[in-house]
Amino acid sequence: MTVPQTAATATPYDDGVRAAAARSRTSRRRVPRPVPLLAAAFFVLVFVAAAFPGLFASLFAGLFNQGPNVVDPAAALRGPSQGHPFGTDQLGRDVFARVVYGARPSLLVGLGSTLLAGAAGSVWGLLAALGGRVAGEAAMRVADVFLAFPSILMALLVVAVLGPGTGHAVVAITISLAPGFARIVRVQALVVRGSPYVRAATNLGLPPWRILCRHIVPNVLAPLLILATLNVGTAIIAGASLSFLGLGPQPPDPEWGSMLAQARDYLDASWTLAVFPGAAITLTVMSVSVIGRELQARYEGRESR
Amino acid sequence: MTGAAPAEPLLAVERLSVDFTTRQGVVRAVRDVSLSLRAGECLAVVGESGSGKSVTARALLGLAGRTADVRAEILSFEGRDLRRLSPGQWRKLRGRRAGYVLQDALTSLDPLRRVGDEVAEPLEVHGLASRDTLDEQVIELLAEAGVPDADVRYLQYPHELSGGLRQRALIASAIAARPSLLVADEPTTALDVTVQAQVLDLLKGMKDAGTAVLLISHDLAVVARLADHIAILYGGMVVERGPAAALLAAPAHPYAVDLLAAVPSLDGPVTEPPALRSAPPAETGCPYAPRCSLADDRCAAELPTPVPYGPDRMVRCWRPVTDETGRRPRPAPPAQPAPARGRAVVTVRGVTKRFRSPDASWRTAVDDVSFDLMAGEALGLVGESGSGKSTTARIVLAEFEPDAGSVLLDGQAWSGLRERDRRARRSRVQLIDQDPLSSFDPRFTVERVIAEALPGRSRGDAARRGGRDRVVELLGEVGLDAGLLGRRPGQLSGGQRQRVAIARALAPNPEVIVCDEPVSALDVTVQAQILALLARLRREVGVSLLFISHDLGVVRQVCDRVAVMKDGAVVEIGEIDTVFRSPRAAYTRALLAAVPRIDAGPAAGKLASAMDLKGPT
Amino acid sequence: MPPLARWLSRRLALTLLVLWGAATLAFVGMRLVPGDPARVIAGGVQAHATPEVLDAIRERYGLREPIVVQYAVFLGRLARADLGESYQLNQSVGGVVLEQLGATAALAAGAALLGFALALTLALLTAGRPRARALSRAVEFCAISTPNFWIGILLLTVFSFHLRWFPVLGDDGVAALVLPWVALALPIAGVLSQVTREGLERALDQPFALTARSRGATENRIRLRHALRHAALPVLTLSGWALGELLAGVVVVETVFARQGVGQVVVAAVNGRDFPVVTGVVVLAALCFSLINTGLDLLYRVVDPRMRQAAL
Repeated sequence: MTVPQTAATATPYDDGVRAAAARSRTSRRRVPRPVPLLAAAFFVLVFVAAAFPGLFASLFAGLFNQGPNVVDPAAALRGPSQGHPFGTDQLGRDVFARVVYGARPSLLVGLGSTLLAGAAGSVWGLLAALGGRVAGEAAMRVADVFLAFPSILMALLVVAVLGPGTGHAVVAITISLAPGFARIVRVQALVVRGSPYVRAATNLGLPPWRILCRHIVPNVLAPLLILATLNVGTAIIAGASLSFLGLGPQPPDPEWGSMLAQARDYLDASWTLAVFPGAAITLTVMSVSVIGRELQARYEGRESR
Repeated sequence: MTGAAPAEPLLAVERLSVDFTTRQGVVRAVRDVSLSLRAGECLAVVGESGSGKSVTARALLGLAGRTADVRAEILSFEGRDLRRLSPGQWRKLRGRRAGYVLQDALTSLDPLRRVGDEVAEPLEVHGLASRDTLDEQVIELLAEAGVPDADVRYLQYPHELSGGLRQRALIASAIAARPSLLVADEPTTALDVTVQAQVLDLLKGMKDAGTAVLLISHDLAVVARLADHIAILYGGMVVERGPAAALLAAPAHPYAVDLLAAVPSLDGPVTEPPALRSAPPAETGCPYAPRCSLADDRCAAELPTPVPYGPDRMVRCWRPVTDETGRRPRPAPPAQPAPARGRAVVTVRGVTKRFRSPDASWRTAVDDVSFDLMAGEALGLVGESGSGKSTTARIVLAEFEPDAGSVLLDGQAWSGLRERDRRARRSRVQLIDQDPLSSFDPRFTVERVIAEALPGRSRGDAARRGGRDRVVELLGEVGLDAGLLGRRPGQLSGGQRQRVAIARALAPNPEVIVCDEPVSALDVTVQAQILALLARLRREVGVSLLFISHDLGVVRQVCDRVAVMKDGAVVEIGEIDTVFRSPRAAYTRALLAAVPRIDAGPAAGKLASAMDLKGPT
Repeated sequence: MPPLARWLSRRLALTLLVLWGAATLAFVGMRLVPGDPARVIAGGVQAHATPEVLDAIRERYGLREPIVVQYAVFLGRLARADLGESYQLNQSVGGVVLEQLGATAALAAGAALLGFALALTLALLTAGRPRARALSRAVEFCAISTPNFWIGILLLTVFSFHLRWFPVLGDDGVAALVLPWVALALPIAGVLSQVTREGLERALDQPFALTARSRGATENRIRLRHALRHAALPVLTLSGWALGELLAGVVVVETVFARQGVGQVVVAAVNGRDFPVVTGVVVLAALCFSLINTGLDLLYRVVDPRMRQAAL
C-alpha cells in the first residue's frame, strides 16, 4: 500500500538517486532538444538576412529589385498582399524588405557591442583582479562610477557627445555594458585565483604566466562567453530603444526600432506596421537567449558531472 | 536492554520500500526494509552514502518527497497505521510525536531566523505554548539541551553559534513538543570529537528518559556508543540486524564484517587495512555480491532472503560469515623499513602565524610550533577544528609566510624566500587535500591533471612526448586503470578522485606529501582503501608524509609519530604508540577519551578476530 | 552599532566618489564634442551666428577660461546643487527637471509597484509546481525578450485604438497611466518573478525547509515564514538592476505614450545637444541611483543577519 508523502522537497539528497539522475542527464544532453534547435535555425536566418539582405528578400518573397527605400505613395499603408507579404508603410515602402534590411543594424549593435564590451570588460576585470593592489582598486572604482548610473543614461550621454548613428550606438552600448562585464570578470577571476586547482598548480612550481594562461584565463572566460551570449539580447533591445528615440541609424535607413517609432503615428491605419518590426526584435532576442541558456545548461552540466 | 520484556514496539516497519520515479526511470532507494523500535531504546541504521538510510528515515516521517513511492506491509507508530494518514494527520504527528534532527545544523536551522524562533516553531505549530510563556519555554528547552546562557543564545542567529551549540539547538527544537520518537540523521558528523561525545551523551540522556531514538549514521563507532540494536543497510536493504553488542562482536554478513574491519581502531594491533573492492550495489542478486569475497554464482543471481541468525538477529546472506569460513585476523602490515631517522626533510622552528579577525582583532592561528619531519617518516598532526593544523600545513607548503620562525626544506631555507627562488623546488612538497575535485581544473581530463604534474616535461603535451606512459604507470600505482585517462574528474567517484589526487602528488617525485584530511569526506570502506594505498606507497616510494587529520584512529593507521595541536600550539609530540598508550598532556587524554570506539567489553577478544576476509585486488 | 556606522560612512564616501566621477565624465563628454561649443550653443555648426553673438555666448558660459578653471567652476556649482542653465530652454536645469519630476516619479513608482506585485504573486503561486511553473516561465520569457516600446505600441493598438478603453495620449489622470505602467512593468516583472521563484525553490530544497516540515509546519507557513525571506535576497540584489531598467523604460515609454516627463526632457536635450540638461540629469540620476542602491543594501543587511558583520 502506498504511503502518501507530503514534502515538496524534490528528492532527498541521497547519493544513489542523485547519481542515477546525473548519469542519465549526461546521456540526455547528447541529443539536441527541439527548442534550442529551432532558435538556432531562426538566428541563422536573421544572420543571413543581416549579411545578404537583398538575396534574402528575393529568396523569401520574390522581391526582386524591391529595395527597402523604394517609395510608392499610391500603395501606402496597405495590409499584407501578394507583392508585399508584410504590407506597406506610410510612404508605400515594402515592410518585409524593411524588416529584412533592418536586421543588419540590430545585429551589428547586438553582436558588435557585446563583443567589444566583453573584450574590454575582460581586460578591465582581469586587471582589477590580478593587476596588483593600486591598479586593481583604481580599475574597480572606475567601474563603480560607470555602474552607478543606469546604462541608458550612459548611452544617452555618449550619443549626446558623438551624435546619432549606428556606429555611435555601438560605441554607446559598449560603454554602458563594459563595466558590468568588468565586475563579473573580476569576481570570477578572484574566485579562480583562490581556487584549489590554482593552488595545486602553484604547488607544482609552475610559473605564474603559465598558471594565468592555462588555468585562470580559460576558466574565467568560458562562463563569460555564455554570459555574453545571454547579453546579446539585452544589447539588441538597447540598440532598438536608442533608434526608437531617433538616436540610432537615421532615416530613411530601415531599423526595427525606428520603424516602430514611425509606426507609432499610424497605429489606427495599419496594424502590420506595428507588429512585424517588433516581432522581429522579440524573436531575435528570444532565439539568442535560448541559445545562450542551452550553452549554459551544457556548460553547467559538464561542470557538475 | 536487549533482555527487556518484549513490549509492543513503538515503531514497527515491515517490508518498507521507497522508489523514486525520475525522468530516467525508477530508482529503488529502499527495498524490503523491516525495523522495530521500542520506547527508551536506540536503533541505529548504519550504511554508507547511497545506502538508503536517510531515505528510510524520511519515509517514516512522510518526508521522502513527492516523487517518492513509499510502500510497506506494516508501518505503525504508537499503534497507528501511518499508511492511512492524511497530509494533515502527518503534520500533526511530525514535530509533535516524532522529532527529527538533521545533520549539519548550519543549514538545517534557518540562517535568517533567530535560534529561539526555530526552537519555538514546533510549539507554535502544534499550539503548545501561549505567547506569554513561549520565550520562557524556549530558553528552558535550550538549557535542557545543554546550551549555556540560553537566555542570550535564543536571540542569536545560527551563524553566531558554534557547531556544537547549533546541533544542540536543533535537538532542542526536535524535542520541544516532547515527542516519543527522535529520528537523528548523522547528528554528529561535522563535529569535533569532544563535542561529538557531548552530543551523544545528550542523546543518551534522552534515551534514558524514555524517548526512542532512531539513529542514522555512517559511523559504526559512533553508533556503538548509543545503540541497543543495529541495522546495517547496503544498496537499500537491511543486510544484517541484531542487538548491538552481539552484532559488533561477531558480524555475520560479509559487508558488516568489512565495514567493521574498515573502522580504524585506537587500541589493539595496527593491522593492514582491508583491501576492499569497490563497485556499486548490484541491481539483481545480492547487492553486495560484486564486492564480496565470498560471493558465488548464486549470490550474483538470486537475492538472499533474510534468515534468523542467533537470538534476535537476522542476516540477508546466502553465505553468512562464521569463524570457519571467514573471520581471520587481519595481517599486520609489513614492517616499515626503519626510516633513516638521521635526516630531517622538513624542519619547522618556532613558527607563528596570526590572522586578522572580522572584528579587527588578531588571532594567533599557529603559536610557536616546532617539529621535524624525517626522511621516509609519516608524522601525524591531529587536533580539533581551529587548532591550527591546516595553517601549519599551508606554512609547510609555503603558501604563506610565518610571522615568526622558519621552515627549512632539506636543511635549506624554505620560508622567507622570494617566490621566484622557491619555485624550482616547489614540486618537492606536494599536497593531497580533503576535496580533490575542487583541486582539479574543471576543464582538464584525468590525463592532463596528472601530466601537468610530471617533472621536466612540457606539461600537458603528455601524449606527444611519451608522457602518457608515465601517467598510465602512475594510475596503475594508485590502483586505477588507463580507461580513466579521458574522463573528467567530475565523472569519477569520491575514492577514484582521491586516487587521482594521489597520483598527481606522486608525479613530480616529491620528498614530502602533505595530506590534509585526505579521507575525511569518504565512506569508511573507501577510507580504508585510501589509507592502505597511502601506507603502501610510503613503503614503496619512501616519501615522507605530513598527515593532518582530526581522526585519531586514521592517524594511528598511517603514522609513525604524532603531534597533537590545540589552539595553535603543539601540546604533545612523540612516537604514536607512546602518545596513544600513555598520553602526557591532559588535552591528549581528553581527546583520546572522547573518541568513540567499538566497545571492547566482554566481546573484545571475539572482535579482534572478527576481522577481514580479504579478497584479491 | 559601530559596524553599521562604519559601513554607512564608507557607502556615503563611495556615493560621493561616484557623483564626482559621474560629473567629471559628463564634463569630459561635453568637451569632447567636435567643434566650437559656442557654436553648438548658438544652434549648431551650420547655424549662422555673428562673431558678436558667439562672443557673448562665450562670455556668458565662461568658455574663455582655461579648461581647468571651467572644471573647477562646474564642480563648485554642483557642490552648491546648481546644475547650470539650459542652452535652449532659458531656464535653470534644476527647474526644468523639477517641473517634470512629478509625472516621471508617478510613472516609475507605479510601474515598480506593479512589477514587484506581479512577480511576487506569480512566483508564490508557481514555485515548486512543475506545470504552472512551465507555463509561467514561458510567459516570463516572452516578457523579458520584448522591448518596452513594442509592448507599449501593442497595448496602444489593442486597448486604445481598437477597444478604446484607455486614452491614446495625454497626461490626465490614472486612466492615462495604466497602459504605460503595464508596458514598463512587464519586462521587469518577468525577470523578478524568475528570480523570486528560483530563490523560493532553492530555499524549499534546503535542509532547513525539511527541518521545518519535520516540525509539522504547513506548506504555507514554510513558504511565507521561511522561504520568502530567502527569496528576497536575490531579489534585493537585482532590484538595483531593475531600477536601471525602469529608468531606461521611462525614457522610452514616455515617448511611446507622448507623456511629459524627465525622459522626454533628456531625449530632447540629447537631440538638441543641450549639454547642461544632459549633464544635470545624469548627475541627478547617479545620485538617486546610488542612494537607492545604498538603501537596498541596507535592507539586505536587515534581511540577512549574516551580512551584518561584513565591512562592505
